[in-house]
Amino acid sequence: MDIILYLIPIALGLGLLGLVAFLWSMKSGQFEDLDGAANRILFDEDDAPPAMPERNTDRERG
Amino acid sequence: MGHQTRASGDRLPAWVDADAAEVTGRQPGCCPAGGAAIALAPPPLSPARGAADEGLAHDVTAYVRPDGAGYALALMVEGIHCGGCVAKIERALAEQPDVRRGRVNMTTRRLALAWDGPPSRGGELAALVGRLGYRVAPFDPDQLASADAAEEKRLLRAMAVAGFASGNVMLLSVSVWAGHFQGMAETTRDLLHWFSALIALPALLYAGQPFFRSAWAVLRRGHTNMDVPITLAVILASAMSLHETMTSGPHAYFDSAIMLVFFLLVGRYLDRRARGRARSAAERLLALRATAVTVVDADGTRRHLPADRVAPGSTVLVAAGERIGVDGLVVTGRSDVDTSLLTGESVPRPAGPGDRVFAGAINQSAPLTLTAQATGEDTLLSEIVRLMESAEQNKARFVGLADRISRAYAPAVHLLAAVTFLGWWLWGGAEWQVALLIAVAVLIITCPCALGLAVPAVQVIASGRLMRRGTLLKSATALERLAEIDTVVFDKTGTLTLGRPDWIPDPGVDGESLALAAGMAGASRHPLARALCRAAPDVPVLADVAEVPGRGLSLDTPDGPIRLGSRAWCGAAVDDRDAGPELWLARPGRDPVRFGFLDTVRADAADTIAALKARGLAVELLSGDRAPTVAAVAAQLGIADYAAEVTPDGKVARLTALTEAGKTVLMVGDGLNDAPALAAATVSVSPASAADISQTAADAVFQGDRLHPVVDLIDTARKVDRLVKENFVLALGYNLFTIPIAMAGFVTPLIAAVAMSSSSLVVVGNAMRLAGWRRPG
Repeated sequence: MDIILYLIPIALGLGLLGLVAFLWSMKSGQFEDLDGAANRILFDEDDAPPAMPERNTDRERG
Repeated sequence: MGHQTRASGDRLPAWVDADAAEVTGRQPGCCPAGGAAIALAPPPLSPARGAADEGLAHDVTAYVRPDGAGYALALMVEGIHCGGCVAKIERALAEQPDVRRGRVNMTTRRLALAWDGPPSRGGELAALVGRLGYRVAPFDPDQLASADAAEEKRLLRAMAVAGFASGNVMLLSVSVWAGHFQGMAETTRDLLHWFSALIALPALLYAGQPFFRSAWAVLRRGHTNMDVPITLAVILASAMSLHETMTSGPHAYFDSAIMLVFFLLVGRYLDRRARGRARSAAERLLALRATAVTVVDADGTRRHLPADRVAPGSTVLVAAGERIGVDGLVVTGRSDVDTSLLTGESVPRPAGPGDRVFAGAINQSAPLTLTAQATGEDTLLSEIVRLMESAEQNKARFVGLADRISRAYAPAVHLLAAVTFLGWWLWGGAEWQVALLIAVAVLIITCPCALGLAVPAVQVIASGRLMRRGTLLKSATALERLAEIDTVVFDKTGTLTLGRPDWIPDPGVDGESLALAAGMAGASRHPLARALCRAAPDVPVLADVAEVPGRGLSLDTPDGPIRLGSRAWCGAAVDDRDAGPELWLARPGRDPVRFGFLDTVRADAADTIAALKARGLAVELLSGDRAPTVAAVAAQLGIADYAAEVTPDGKVARLTALTEAGKTVLMVGDGLNDAPALAAATVSVSPASAADISQTAADAVFQGDRLHPVVDLIDTARKVDRLVKENFVLALGYNLFTIPIAMAGFVTPLIAAVAMSSSSLVVVGNAMRLAGWRRPG
């Protein structure tokens, strides 16, 4: 049963990775403008990378 | 308060230049897919001209903040309907070399700007967006970072943490349950319990906060709500499980505790999400109050002051295109004033020396000089807002079904747990630790997981369905209140009618006159001119047509001027006949021709009224308009109860009287003058073309030219009501079944987990029936 000593931490680590990825995407504003994101793919010009949170005051409270 | 009533007799055509707002609320050339666009925003002014630019530049500099090397500014943009608008604005800003960032958030309709250079550049950039045809208003993002939005994010984060933890704890728990049957070694089980504790306890501490806080807040005030038994169950379950783990006992309830929190957070997040959408309407209203006012001092110098700091008696300058910030008398200038915010009236009124104008109206065609009479809190706008707020307090007393049930439910559950504990300890002969374990199991099994999901699950599906059909729900309890109504009160202008004048075909007008008038009218964006263009869409626009503010259009020909405009200006005989909005066409050597206009009734209004009556609802019409017009509309639609020339407080009084007579009233209205009545009614609905403040006051907003969404809304509400009640029966029925098992002491963590998730699934499954439901009729 020694194997569970590896497997459980690995399972938890993978889960945590997902959680951190979600929290990061939330913090970096990827859920801020769902309507806009759906439309932006149709714009001709290349999009500037999304503003990071510390530069966008709309999100400071988030 | 005669100014608050609609459409007084002086509805002479007032003229607006080409910059005026289009009454349909959509800008030509924008939004090829206009029909699908959501038009919650008031029409944009386009393009803002020099005078307006100047006013704007002063407006925004107060809101510019330093940002790294340069400056930043947050703007609210009205008039964004589709991705094309976003691209247009961002492209224009990207062409400016000094702009570091110009990004539109389409969901919130806000623009974040940052640039290198002086703060005053912000005004120029804002004016640039204004010239594209969008109305911009600066705002302070810190002030508007509403507590609501922050709370939503907290919930989402708590939900993510709880979801992660419950998934992993469940993984471990399944092993433990399997181990019970397969002879897992006790040390292995304890190890898995310790892992569960390690994951669940910090997660509970973090994700349970919304419930702990709310429970503590009500307990301190001596009440109880659904969060109290939740908090108690979570804390007791964790403490007991920790004790079991430490003493290497067989039963740990970590999975139940964290799963409970996760399910409840899902319910709560959905609940908040469903009504979060209309927040921006209230934010726009705040932006209106942020207008700066240009004050001219005695020595001729101009200052820009916030509207509430202007002293009565000051001389105030209002540029064309600007929103008027004070109530006052016109001293010089002649213009057209769009009072649609205040009255819902679509046709602008002419304003000249001696006329009163009110804060909140838009000065459309030419600069005006005013003497301020009332400012800040004393203006008509503020008065109506106050009337609305006081009426709103009545509504706050409504208690949702879920809260009413929880008021009875929480004490009952606690009583049962106490009885179980005492019963086992005193009479059952158990040790107090064992008795406590069983009592805690009762609390866990009765925890209102399914009850917590019963309402949000149905409401989220219902509001999603309604939103796809163009109806936005704003209040969480709107559907519940809608299900109870027995009386529907309509406003007329803009609600039963489109709020847009249409030409009445008249045999006295020959084709040639119509063609000439429509050709001239093509040069103007005045609502009456637009109506003429709609009546004769194929006529080419004539060149060299001049527009005279407050009067009409004129075209110079070799024979003399041709005029299209007000009765007096066109030299027609004045008679007493009160004929509603009209235009006259005067040609040299010929009799003037009259074009009459009427605010047409929505196409399906009569059907809608009939459908409402078929559902056993009483229908009334309350209008600020003149009696003959109201009577005509009432007769056309088959409404027997109507009242004309009703003031805003008159409407509130009528609604209060109905409420006192035991009626539950649905108010449907659009103007600012309806806002207090909307707030006073049991539940209220506004069309999306309504004034912002009315949309703020209303519980639901519907889009499009049809009135049928009102019926749809009532049907959906009744169906939702039935489903919610079924859900409560299911959730409570599950408790009737499991409580005896728990009190008898037979509950294990496995049974608790199965019972909890199955009851939640049953409730959600029942709610899903709404998705496949077809509305009758």
